[in-house]
Amino acid sequence: MTDLTAIPPLGGTQPLVEKIGDIGIVEVIDRALASIAVRAGQDAALSELMASKFEIGLPEAGQCLETKPSRIWWMGPGQWMMDGDHDSREDLAAELKAALGDVASVTEQTDGWCRFDVSGSDLSEMFARLCGLDFAALKSGAATRTLLHHQGCFVILSELGASVLGPRSSAGSLHHALVAAAKSVA
Amino acid sequence: MSINRLKGGLIDHDAPLNFSFDGKKYEGRAGDTLASALLANGVRLMGRSFKYHRPRGVLSAGSEEPNALVELRTSARKEPNTRATGVELFDGLEAKSQNRVGSLAFDALGVNDLFQRFFAAGFYYKTFMWPAPFWEKVYEPMIRYAAGLGSISFQDDPDLYDKGFLHCDLLIVGAGPAGLAAALTAGRAGARVILAEEDYCLGGRLNAERQPLEDISGPEWVAKTQAELASMDNVRIMARTTIFGAFDHGVYGAVERAADHLGVPAADKPREVLWRIYSKKTLLCSGAIERPIAFEKNDRPGVMLAGAVRAYANRWAATAAEDVVVFTNNDDGHKTAGDLRAKGVNVPAVIDVRQGVSVAGETEILTGATIVDTKGRLGVKSVTVRLADGKTREIPCGAVAVSGGWNPNVGLTCHQNGRPAWNETIQAFGPGERLPVGQSVAGAANGDMSTHAALTGGAQGAVEALEALGISAKPAEVPAAEDAPVSITPYWHVAGAKRAWVDFQNDITVKDVKLAHQEGYRSVELLKRYTTMGMATDQGKTANVTGLAIMAELTGKPIPETGTTLFRPPYTPVAMGALAGRSVGKEFHPTRLTPSHKWAEEQGAAFVEVGNWMRAQYFPRKGETHWRQSVDREVLATRGSVGVCDVTTLGKIDVQGADAATFLNKIYANAFAKLPVGKVRYGLMLREDGIAYDDGTAARLAEDHFVVTTTTANAVLVYRNMEFARQCLYPELDVQLISTTEAWAQYAVAGPNARKLLQKIVDPAFDISNEAFPFMGCGEITVCGGLRARLFRISFSGELAYEIAVPTRYGDALMRRLMAEGKEFDVTPYGTEALGVMRIEKGHAAGAELNGTTTALNLGLGRMVSKKKDCIGNVLSEREGMAAPDGLALVGLRPLSSATIPAGSHLMAATGPIDAKHDQGYVTSAAYSPVLKTGIGLGFLKDGSNRMGETLRAVNPLEGGEVKVEVVSAHFVDPEGGRVRD
Repeated sequence: MTDLTAIPPLGGTQPLVEKIGDIGIVEVIDRALASIAVRAGQDAALSELMASKFEIGLPEAGQCLETKPSRIWWMGPGQWMMDGDHDSREDLAAELKAALGDVASVTEQTDGWCRFDVSGSDLSEMFARLCGLDFAALKSGAATRTLLHHQGCFVILSELGASVLGPRSSAGSLHHALVAAAKSVA
Repeated sequence: MSINRLKGGLIDHDAPLNFSFDGKKYEGRAGDTLASALLANGVRLMGRSFKYHRPRGVLSAGSEEPNALVELRTSARKEPNTRATGVELFDGLEAKSQNRVGSLAFDALGVNDLFQRFFAAGFYYKTFMWPAPFWEKVYEPMIRYAAGLGSISFQDDPDLYDKGFLHCDLLIVGAGPAGLAAALTAGRAGARVILAEEDYCLGGRLNAERQPLEDISGPEWVAKTQAELASMDNVRIMARTTIFGAFDHGVYGAVERAADHLGVPAADKPREVLWRIYSKKTLLCSGAIERPIAFEKNDRPGVMLAGAVRAYANRWAATAAEDVVVFTNNDDGHKTAGDLRAKGVNVPAVIDVRQGVSVAGETEILTGATIVDTKGRLGVKSVTVRLADGKTREIPCGAVAVSGGWNPNVGLTCHQNGRPAWNETIQAFGPGERLPVGQSVAGAANGDMSTHAALTGGAQGAVEALEALGISAKPAEVPAAEDAPVSITPYWHVAGAKRAWVDFQNDITVKDVKLAHQEGYRSVELLKRYTTMGMATDQGKTANVTGLAIMAELTGKPIPETGTTLFRPPYTPVAMGALAGRSVGKEFHPTRLTPSHKWAEEQGAAFVEVGNWMRAQYFPRKGETHWRQSVDREVLATRGSVGVCDVTTLGKIDVQGADAATFLNKIYANAFAKLPVGKVRYGLMLREDGIAYDDGTAARLAEDHFVVTTTTANAVLVYRNMEFARQCLYPELDVQLISTTEAWAQYAVAGPNARKLLQKIVDPAFDISNEAFPFMGCGEITVCGGLRARLFRISFSGELAYEIAVPTRYGDALMRRLMAEGKEFDVTPYGTEALGVMRIEKGHAAGAELNGTTTALNLGLGRMVSKKKDCIGNVLSEREGMAAPDGLALVGLRPLSSATIPAGSHLMAATGPIDAKHDQGYVTSAAYSPVLKTGIGLGFLKDGSNRMGETLRAVNPLEGGEVKVEVVSAHFVDPEGGRVRD
């Protein structure tokens, strides 16, 4: 166990929690991330291994599957992102690589991203001011990449709200955009 | 009570609002516009005209208004050219008239009107020709001063603006009878509907008319319909929202004036929202705009459009005057007379240009008559009428309600280059055949001018639009409504008038149109440009058709043969703030922070923007007063012991797959296939045309796993190009890419004590001694008690150096640890300036050298372009001329004096002329070397490799000055490269 202290993307000592009207914006730091890209001709083998080792399928374009304790969502053709609990599976990429071998390329993505979970009774008004997604038409389990405040972000919907994942280095700008939009509609 | 306030209407008579116009205080009512409140207060004079500074009053009651433009609000919120007809009155509103010198009643530039003969169309092309230099210095500034359209505050806009995106099956533009019937139809069918209305209340002309819809009034039916629509989740009602443009693929631009009806927007709330609406289908229900008839001095305050006079009376309970004369060429004018009488306004006469018209009522109707003159300096006092028998009669009045017929409001049908088509029945242009994709038109905009036709047309239009989407809908049942046919005799202007206005906002008269004709500018496009008709902020909404008709008359051709009008976005002016949205100030683009940013801030670092990144430029210490002191110290400390620099911003691309090495062989000019695991190699990338475009390293972490680093500037470009190569050029290769730039905090640790410092944090299980971890080695290790990390033994400074990477969240802590553990070595953080100095001292090429024009050969890296394999750019790098023996070569430059060499200087022979013909090359990078205690430079010199020791001049003709320089090796420090291997 390292004695270095991790800091959240926004640079505080604790993840930032905001409440604007009934909209909650929470900085999430407890997830490890790894990308999985299928190697040539290994599609079926990867599906099988994911099912047998992690009890999770490979979602179609625009989809996210959630099988506790992990989420996995489609990123591009033959490419997915999987998350897991950070404290217990910090080196998720190594865990996946060990299980998948030459069937897939696995890359650690944990700190490539910042994540904000947004909750509220009606988020479609807020997201209408952030990105071109037809948010109102999306259902829980939708996962898509979109341009949000000039940044390529993932927006993933669940029963609890929306997770927005953006580039970690510009977490402050992304957070500012989320807060501004929330204040506009709150 | 205000003198011209009537009873009834849709205003709240019990809700007074205070406002001021030109500093004078007035009282209006909730529901008023600024224009209606001014009229109710007896104010007819609202502005001065553009060119002649003639007194002007409000003409219309809508967004077509050309005259009543005001500066709304004060100081930073002041907005010029705001149409008083669209300003919803709020308590405390302040407005000022514009384009005047002195008071509105006495405008010193009113003198222009006396010299009107000199200001005819095209006057400035003819009048201000001589002397030529006067145009720019004297004439143009003078004209601009005189012909202003309001002034701006020159202060930052204090308000917020949002941008947003909406999606719908059916966008309905306009919520008059057609739009409301369409919304009911589509809403009930379950379609996703957006109903956009520029007015602050729905209803359109229904709010301005007295005719009932079956057994209830128009406004009552509107309220009932609005209530039903509001109860539907699938219908979004957007009042105060102007659809300003029809763009590709059913995308519409809209501005929602979210807070313009308030004095100041609520905290954190936007003033306006710029919406991009993605519609599958659009039904344009934008109604019609009445057109004036041009007659002698028809611009006096009080001369208004008849439909507007009626709207002010019925909706806003206001009249421009107690006595209103009506001048018309169609039946609609008589409706105004009837409505005014019903409101208790005296109508001395209806002047109808048509013969033999009989309308029941008490008002005298003068048929076959025209207005030949008006009187009244700051507002009309009387009109002179020429009767059918040729006699004239003067009729006192305070206002003239003019109706020349109605033009369908087809602006949005033209935004994809569609042209309107002439409709003989209504004597106006209706929508043409080529509409924007997915758009259809209903109601008055489609030429269906009665209320009944609008209601049924809207309902049917929605059914048809939805049918195309596979949504079946039943037309909403509509109430019985007025269904009179259009009865109109075309009549555009009264013959013989000397000054009869066509375009009020740009001060264009019938005479100007005649002049254009006389001088040969007869095509509609030339007419527009010669006279500037339709080129003001109102885009000629009330002028274009009339101007065209007059031109048709002059050329003796029918109107459709003369041409058509065309409209472009925006339909009405859009505030710059709305176009900018939230991208203002430092939020113009995202800011990227390095993992050590917080720590660097604590150290008082100076930062520099590198793309979106903020990088520490240097770390000033107490007593240092100049950046050079800090930079020199950082360089010397690093070369003397050890320094640490955040290099996270360099791009990192994870390359994996069975064919990863083969793929890199294609991407890089030099060979990578045989790079052993645990080794790093410097690599150069070429563009397809053979020019070098990026350099960096690739580290082999496993047989099938590389990490490619790129320059900071090209991180995205290289990744994009590599993805293109992977997907399109080499799809047969098994290779997968993903960016990991942000995932790892990476620090350069450089200097003779670099290893000693790292040994203190690298876990003991990993041997990083020179033997175990030699120059250009790499590996996955752990640090600080088990944290996964990556170590690369690479050097940009020429010193013994490493780059160490840990997951970004630990980057801040690692920097603090390196500083703490490095105390015994006097470790120094260094910024981009010292980084730059050291790389120039070492002769490493960077962005300044890889400038998009240089080849590997120019860079002295010609041998890196492997001929044993193919790579992107390989073939074209061998083009004739690219490998010329006397081509530019990278050299070092040393001044022969104590001067420094300005980067960008050009190299000339020691003696001889200084001009482009004698150009020998140029300086790309320059710095002061604290090690050599002299200025140094890198540059490209013709045949440079063979000219060591030569003396040249580095010249700077732009700023003046030249420096004598000696050509030397580009490797100033440790040319043998011993230090990096120690």
